[in-house]
Amino acid sequence: MTAQSNRWFWFASPQTFFPLAATIARAAAVLAVLFGVAGLYVGLFVAPTDATQGEAYRIIFIHVPAAWMSMFLYVLMAFWAAIGLAMNTRLSALMARALAPTGALFTFIALWTGSFWGKPTWGTWWVWDARLTSELILLFLYFGFMALQASIDEPRRADRAGAVLALVGVVNVPIIYFSVQWWNTLHQGASVSLTKSPSMAATMLLGMLLMALSFWMYSIAVAMVRVRCLIREDHE
Amino acid sequence: MSNFFAMGGYGLYVWGAYGVTFALLALEIILLLKRKHETKT
Repeated sequence: MTAQSNRWFWFASPQTFFPLAATIARAAAVLAVLFGVAGLYVGLFVAPTDATQGEAYRIIFIHVPAAWMSMFLYVLMAFWAAIGLAMNTRLSALMARALAPTGALFTFIALWTGSFWGKPTWGTWWVWDARLTSELILLFLYFGFMALQASIDEPRRADRAGAVLALVGVVNVPIIYFSVQWWNTLHQGASVSLTKSPSMAATMLLGMLLMALSFWMYSIAVAMVRVRCLIREDHE
Repeated sequence: MSNFFAMGGYGLYVWGAYGVTFALLALEIILLLKRKHETKT
């Protein structure tokens, strides 16, 4: 193995990553608060009232970022699980474990806030359409991953089993994302698209992006603190 | 100020969404810090 690839694997060791994780957690926590305060200010005070939905639309500032995080964290969790499965690096499996509860939390928040948005705008808390159902399946995938790992005593076996589940479940993420195009649904289309100019006021978009950055930094901070707990518990 | 909390009649929905979101984030932080404290000792 060359010196170059050694450097790549340097932080793959839990012991060397342990102090770095604390530094990252602190920085991310500070950024999460700053972005969160700015995002809430823009979302609740600066962004104009929506022409058709009135003030109810302001749920978008937590709903959409939470839904993005729920999918992004699942892909990231599956990615680390896959690396752990392929390379047998202990830290990768611990990263996957550290991300799961926060991913499940954001999935629940996306469903909850969606429900509270659906009631005043659609007239119902819940419909069994493709977008909502696939997001609910995502929540069960997170629960399944955590339950499976918790039910197997031998850590390496638990990580391998969890990785297989996480990888199979990844199929669900594009289904969630494209569900509003593939099936007829009450749910509106993508709020932000890379190919089209934004269909909303610039301040609405800004508030949403700030909240997304805040949730992103929050997830990093929480995952880093959790991975430190897992590294410690791993050595007990 | 009361106008702000009324959210144009959608207060229950808007604050129901925001309140539960931030309560859950706070709960995760509390549980995690508790776990961190327990793993240290």
